[in-house]
Amino acid sequence: MKARVIVTLKNGVLDPQGKAIEGALKSFGLEGVDSVRQGKVFDIEVETSDKARAEDLIKQACEKLLANTVVENFKIEVLG
Amino acid sequence: MRAAVITFPGTNREGDIAKALRVAGADVVHAWHADYDLPQGTDLVVLPGGFSYGDYLRCGAIAGRAHIMDAVRAHVAKGGYALGICNGFQIACEAGLLPGLLMRNAGLKFVCRMQHLKVEGVDTAFTSQYSAGQVIKVCIAHGEGNYVCDDEMLKTLEGEGRVAFRYCDAAGDITKENPNGSRNAIAGIYSENRRVLGMMPHPENLIEGLVGGTDGLGLFESLVKAA
Repeated sequence: MKARVIVTLKNGVLDPQGKAIEGALKSFGLEGVDSVRQGKVFDIEVETSDKARAEDLIKQACEKLLANTVVENFKIEVLG
Repeated sequence: MRAAVITFPGTNREGDIAKALRVAGADVVHAWHADYDLPQGTDLVVLPGGFSYGDYLRCGAIAGRAHIMDAVRAHVAKGGYALGICNGFQIACEAGLLPGLLMRNAGLKFVCRMQHLKVEGVDTAFTSQYSAGQVIKVCIAHGEGNYVCDDEMLKTLEGEGRVAFRYCDAAGDITKENPNGSRNAIAGIYSENRRVLGMMPHPENLIEGLVGGTDGLGLFESLVKAA
């Protein structure tokens, strides 16, 4: 099975990289960009074909390593 | 005092910190990240600076979960000392030895320069050879040294006197020279039992007058005296 993990910064955590990207986009004259927050995407393949087991495994991976929950949130999408 | 300096893939300051410890009188042994046990008789574990695992994922994240870190956590739980400098501070936070973590510098740039620090408390094993409020001059070299924790933890750190060093100017003013945006100009913090110190600046660079000064030596002399 394939799954995608999306890690994003929690609200209120300063994101200087996102700010720099936001500034660059605005400097191109792109109208209507309000703000940018940068995150990470992980595409993971797992052996199991059981959706619940895949979710459980990937949740452990997120909590153990992929996200630091002091400042980051994670979202798991099992793609099948 | 026996210090075990741990090397991870990408660590590059293990030689400098070993030298600083030896100059202060410590017996230094080297340990490897894939080991399961610390060397016999270790009093102090040192997590040196560098770029463990190329700073992949988050600085210190992968090293913080290396085999040897289980032994380091057990060592600290038993009252052993640990010192994390620069990438070692990031590793200590990721390993759960210290609260909070280090984010990208607020100014986005890698900052490499001399920097004054204010020594906050001198009642710990790491700072007994300094005087309270003393301003020392060491160096900093990091891109991700912006100390972040939640409001509650910040209150706890301040309330329990667990801020070890703050960035300041030559006169000791902590509102003037914050190089990375750290909360309350924090440059280093202690664990709850004050046996772990994590700091971004490099005291190990300032141990000889010939190469810039000796303001860093006090930290190593304090440790040798304590253990």
